[in-house]
Amino acid sequence: MSTPEPRSHSFDASSILRSTHKHDDPVEPCIKVENLKLFYGGKQALHGINMEMPKKKVTAFIGPSGCGKSTLLRCINRMNDLVDNVTIEGKILLHDDNIYDKSVNVAALRRRVGMVFQKPNPFPKSIFENVTYGLRIQGIDDKRILEETVETSLRGAALWDEVKDRLNDNALGLSGGQQQRLVIARAIAIAPEVLLLDEPASALDPISTLKIEELINELKEKYTIVIVTHNMQQAARVSDYTAFMYMGELIEMGATSQLFTKPTKKQTEDYITGRYG
Amino acid sequence: MIKSWFKSGSPWIWLNAAAVSTCLIMVIGVLGLIAMRGAGHFWASPIVSMSYQEDDGQIKTIIGEHVDTTVTPALMAKSTGFTMADNEDVLIQYLVKTGNRDLTGSDFRWIQERHIKATSTPEDMILVERREWGNFYGQLTAIKESDNVVATGDKMWTALQERLQAVLKLHDQITHLEKKELGAINYALEQLRLKQKGLELKHAWNAETAKEFADKKAAYDVDYKKYQAQLAELHQQIRRDSLVATTESGVELVIPLAKIVEVTQPNKMGVFAKIGHYFKKLGEFLSEDPREANTEGGIFPAIFGTIMMVIMMSIIVTPFGVIAAVYLREYAKQGFTTRLIRIAVNNLAGVPSIVYGVFGLGFFVYILGGNIDALFFPESAPAPVYGTPGLLWASITLALLTLPVVIVSTEEGLARVPKAIREGSLALGATKIETLWRTVLPMASPAMMTGLILAVARAAGEVAPLMLVGVVKLAPTLPLDGNYPFLHLDRKFMHLGFHIYDVGFQSPNVEAARPLVYATSLLLVLVIIGLNLAAILIRNHLREKYRALEG
Repeated sequence: MSTPEPRSHSFDASSILRSTHKHDDPVEPCIKVENLKLFYGGKQALHGINMEMPKKKVTAFIGPSGCGKSTLLRCINRMNDLVDNVTIEGKILLHDDNIYDKSVNVAALRRRVGMVFQKPNPFPKSIFENVTYGLRIQGIDDKRILEETVETSLRGAALWDEVKDRLNDNALGLSGGQQQRLVIARAIAIAPEVLLLDEPASALDPISTLKIEELINELKEKYTIVIVTHNMQQAARVSDYTAFMYMGELIEMGATSQLFTKPTKKQTEDYITGRYG
Repeated sequence: MIKSWFKSGSPWIWLNAAAVSTCLIMVIGVLGLIAMRGAGHFWASPIVSMSYQEDDGQIKTIIGEHVDTTVTPALMAKSTGFTMADNEDVLIQYLVKTGNRDLTGSDFRWIQERHIKATSTPEDMILVERREWGNFYGQLTAIKESDNVVATGDKMWTALQERLQAVLKLHDQITHLEKKELGAINYALEQLRLKQKGLELKHAWNAETAKEFADKKAAYDVDYKKYQAQLAELHQQIRRDSLVATTESGVELVIPLAKIVEVTQPNKMGVFAKIGHYFKKLGEFLSEDPREANTEGGIFPAIFGTIMMVIMMSIIVTPFGVIAAVYLREYAKQGFTTRLIRIAVNNLAGVPSIVYGVFGLGFFVYILGGNIDALFFPESAPAPVYGTPGLLWASITLALLTLPVVIVSTEEGLARVPKAIREGSLALGATKIETLWRTVLPMASPAMMTGLILAVARAAGEVAPLMLVGVVKLAPTLPLDGNYPFLHLDRKFMHLGFHIYDVGFQSPNVEAARPLVYATSLLLVLVIIGLNLAAILIRNHLREKYRALEG
């Protein structure tokens, strides 16, 4: 295993993003991470991350286990607030608003930034109640609106045809892949701007994985998607941009096609060619 | 060989099996004994007439029910003063329930088997279950209506049953009048008196209120007089009939029908009649008030009091336990203090229950209750309202006693809710409290029910603390009745556990009470099983509903 490069070589993703973009449409950043540092007690897990995630594109975080990619992802909707002894420095801007500002309502932020976890985590309620959970919390109890949302969300998550006849069945009766799509439907039911996917397919079989990947391709029409994955083929298949992280630092970020074919850093090359991690 | 047998693990399995069987046998044995002795009590056993010759050569007859048999080895019998012949190995003694306590002074007699010359079961023997003096065994000779014989011979039996039915109906009317109507008036008058005293204390008592109160009182008095007249009339009627019966020794006894619960001829009963009688007696046992210092009659107030107290306890302990557990698990910073609190809570479960009783008496009854009386019921002084043991304090004391169980199991339930579920809810924009209410608490509800089941099981069987904070031998009124405010938390109540103790050990008539001890024990076990079963069913339903994520 090679040692990480000195911190002075830390990488500025935003410039690369702009320079490597080949398409004509302008890339509008949705999320900007500025010098983000995170400490678990005395242990530093993120070392000053700077990056931008473009709007309505899929950004993938890759890197070996423990490199901080999930931690970074969970910073974007402030899930790390729940962990004891965490201190966070720096900024994350969502459309130029710092989400770590004191005035930010965390619950409202999480409505804008949805999240799907590694293991499917449907609530032990009916499929209908799972999808409407977020709406009910916002106080929406109009049956018509709820039913409409359930259908559009389930269609959006490519699950409608499979469950439309048993919306009142317990969600735990679904298969793992269906549960994960249900959780995605639940997340998009509250119409977020950003979807964070934390290894969404790692607990699923290959067919379910394929379905999730197809779904991600469809979802990026509407949502800015950030995905953490262990699977480099998956990152190559679904993402527009890829960030490689190592030991709590962002090593390299660029358009996916470029990063996988012509990585600029040796560490990136070593990782994607399977020499470590 | 032996070594390989040990290695195979068989001895271990045998040991396990032995341990499990021992437990099972003991449980089944206890329940079986209680069930047999308790349930057998209501079966109509035949009335035996025995003629026996004691050592002095006199031949006597006794009649009664054979209750028990003891077998004493000759040597032991000799040493306790019995003369034993050389060819006798054992001394067999029968315990016979002879009743007629008013004539002979005792209900039971021991007879030596070797003295018995003849036994028979005469068909015309009657058993009179009386409201006073216990059972009467003898022969029916006549039915009287105010000193005039109205039936003898063959017609007696049907005439007796008809008249007895009428008298029992009258008796019900009298009880209803006394308890319901007159009870309500007495209660209202007492409330009126307290109100008047309250007004006097506030110096608001004046001519106007005095007149108003006098009017009310007069209205009640009119009602009272009316009911009194009715009662006198009923008493007149009920006293009219009586039966005449002779005992085995030829003594004639006149028993007013008003004092009779039931007259039967057990020796004439067939199996089906006995089964019918059995369930009738069982029904009476479950639904009636006790008589004769609790040694006869039913135990309804005790069942009612037990269930009432357990329900009150559950209502108090559940919210407190759950809130405490939620705070400890979800909100409190996990550290030294929380650990200390947790250890303290766990240790509270091990404090002997009598200590809770003493605390309940000292703190709840005297300090809290005394202050409540001083603040809110000054008009009742010097009689205490809440400053004396009662249902409320008993429930709170038991709630305190069972609080640790509820806290511990709720905490375990909360800890078992997967983190993924909480994060899922939070990620949808729910706040912590919304997550708790909508997802975490429902998912932890089976664990709360488990805690409640354990709490109920413990509270229903507890006796020691209750003796100090509210249970009495005989409560004149139920804690729930038709007088406003219907639920009287200040009242003392009866409890099955204490009833067992009282009947078994404080009773003036031990032999008569013994079957009741078993029957009451059986009932207490059944009540606890019933309460638990209800809670277990609810829990299983919840479990099915909130089945946690696998893995």
